[in-house]
Amino acid sequence: MKRVVSVMVGLWFALYVGLASADLTIEITKGSDQAIPIAIVPFATQGQGTLSEDIAQIVSDDLARSGQFSPLSRNSLIAQPSRSEDVHYRDWRAVDSNYLVVGQVTPQGDGYSVQFELMDIYGERRMLGEVVNVSRGQLRSAAHYVSDKVFEEITGIRGAFSTRIAYVTAEGAADNRRYALHVADADGHNSQQILSSQQPILSPAWAPDGNKLAYVSFESGRPAIYIQDLASSQRIQATSFEGINGAPAWSPDGRKLAMSLSKDGQPEIYVMDIASRSFQRLTNNSAIDTEPDWAPDGQSLVFTSDRSGGPQLYRYNLANGQAERITFTGSYNSRGRFSPDGETLFLIHRDDQGFHVAKKDLETDRLTILTDSQWDESPSVAPNGSMVIFATQQGNRGVLGVVSADGNASYRLPSAQGDVREPAWSPFMN
Amino acid sequence: MQFKSYAKSLAVAVSLAVMAGCSSTGGSQDGSMDGTGTAGGVAGQGMANGQASGTQLGQGQGYGQGQGQGIPDQRTIYFDYDRDTIRPEFESVLNAHAQYLRSNPNASVILQGHADERGTREYNLGLGERRAQSVEQFLTVQGVSPSQLEIVSYGEERPAVEGHSEQSYAQNRRVVFDY
Repeated sequence: MKRVVSVMVGLWFALYVGLASADLTIEITKGSDQAIPIAIVPFATQGQGTLSEDIAQIVSDDLARSGQFSPLSRNSLIAQPSRSEDVHYRDWRAVDSNYLVVGQVTPQGDGYSVQFELMDIYGERRMLGEVVNVSRGQLRSAAHYVSDKVFEEITGIRGAFSTRIAYVTAEGAADNRRYALHVADADGHNSQQILSSQQPILSPAWAPDGNKLAYVSFESGRPAIYIQDLASSQRIQATSFEGINGAPAWSPDGRKLAMSLSKDGQPEIYVMDIASRSFQRLTNNSAIDTEPDWAPDGQSLVFTSDRSGGPQLYRYNLANGQAERITFTGSYNSRGRFSPDGETLFLIHRDDQGFHVAKKDLETDRLTILTDSQWDESPSVAPNGSMVIFATQQGNRGVLGVVSADGNASYRLPSAQGDVREPAWSPFMN
Repeated sequence: MQFKSYAKSLAVAVSLAVMAGCSSTGGSQDGSMDGTGTAGGVAGQGMANGQASGTQLGQGQGYGQGQGQGIPDQRTIYFDYDRDTIRPEFESVLNAHAQYLRSNPNASVILQGHADERGTREYNLGLGERRAQSVEQFLTVQGVSPSQLEIVSYGEERPAVEGHSEQSYAQNRRVVFDY
């Protein structure tokens, strides 16, 4: 009756090299009114000893961050069942919970067997039940897996809690600054530093397979684009032309990088075939053309250009070589990023209050501002399209923010010290 | 948002000429991408932090105009918001650098272009580059050899001053002469 799933959650843990560094923390800034009440009971532990991780708490935090769920607090849990057979639905209706998650953890070999079940309280039925086997040290990954399954079963949207984020930190004053590129779990835990430098690092971009990052580093004294394999830490220098080498963006098939190069005098959009190292120039004018992003179908790219006098978004059609302006609201629209379904663009839009994350419906052309923060930059979309991570300012510090695609929920991911910026949300890892 | 620069039309003309010379209209291959050989012919220059080399380079050369032989002291000029126009009060600074570079044809300088923090990072790299190009244009019109000049734009990545005030921004919109 219970499906046994073996999860590849250990992969990332095993593959990363480098120093562990300070994790990011979570501060929820805005919850949604429409969040679904759900009760997540602390998982029972079979055998002796306490676990290093509280799975129910991790699941609860994951679901709360999504803005789509409102997990009950621990002290309002009226019972602590660990199996569906022990659940009395009526009790949970009394505390207005729509759903219930129960589970238990059993030591098995070198690791654990994590069993969990999801119940529909009003429908009085068990919706989901699985057993996940993980090794020691993978309990957080197991918890994110539970979150993914619960989220998908209820919302119909694939969960993105098992994904990762890349980001850049900067510490120290002007001449003594240290930049570092990190990769962490989507909740800010398990961070690993993969590069550090006294010169700027920016624009990390995940390869579609989730195994490599492209980024811009000034470590040689000039900007260059590098591609780094995360498992081996090996990297290649993809470009180091005179002038700007910036804004790398992977094609959906992972074979090409779009980028901005100013070797011809001003920044233009190029596409590099990674294997052959050949280049195709897409734009040709005296404006700044930068920040390309591929449509999910690979047929077009969006990019920022100030050819009209200020930065606006343009869409380049690869079939006919034509670029068409697509933003007309306001005097500053930049850094467009497609939703996974290709129907929405997330971007930075300036209004009287500052720079905000906004979204543009490509069907209706409607532009909606999603944040009320002033200094937003670098939006990057979760692979399920439900959330957008971006950089913003809190006081005088750079922090990461996350806002739901509907703007109804948001949270922040500050670092313990220094500035955090340039977030990039990974593709699905499993 | 518009950069209304006297240098812009000139820069466009120059870059059009360069592009024509490169005959690159799509599909071009570029073999020089391993990055070891510097593109653009600024060969043989020392990288960054070359402050110490200034005095010796200045010795015994020059047009005999009697000015100091060393690298001019003021090595930063500032720009208005969203502009790459050289402000009149900085023309004398640029003239001094032009004279130094003309007098010391073996000297070279990196023109670091910087922007304030407002707006997106990659776009700001473009803005920083435009400011440095404006300075480059000014210097070459003054007779400095383009081979003595290299541009590196840092955009908003290396602010001189932290903070979200106009005062901070004004000090971050700059071009730095890095000899």
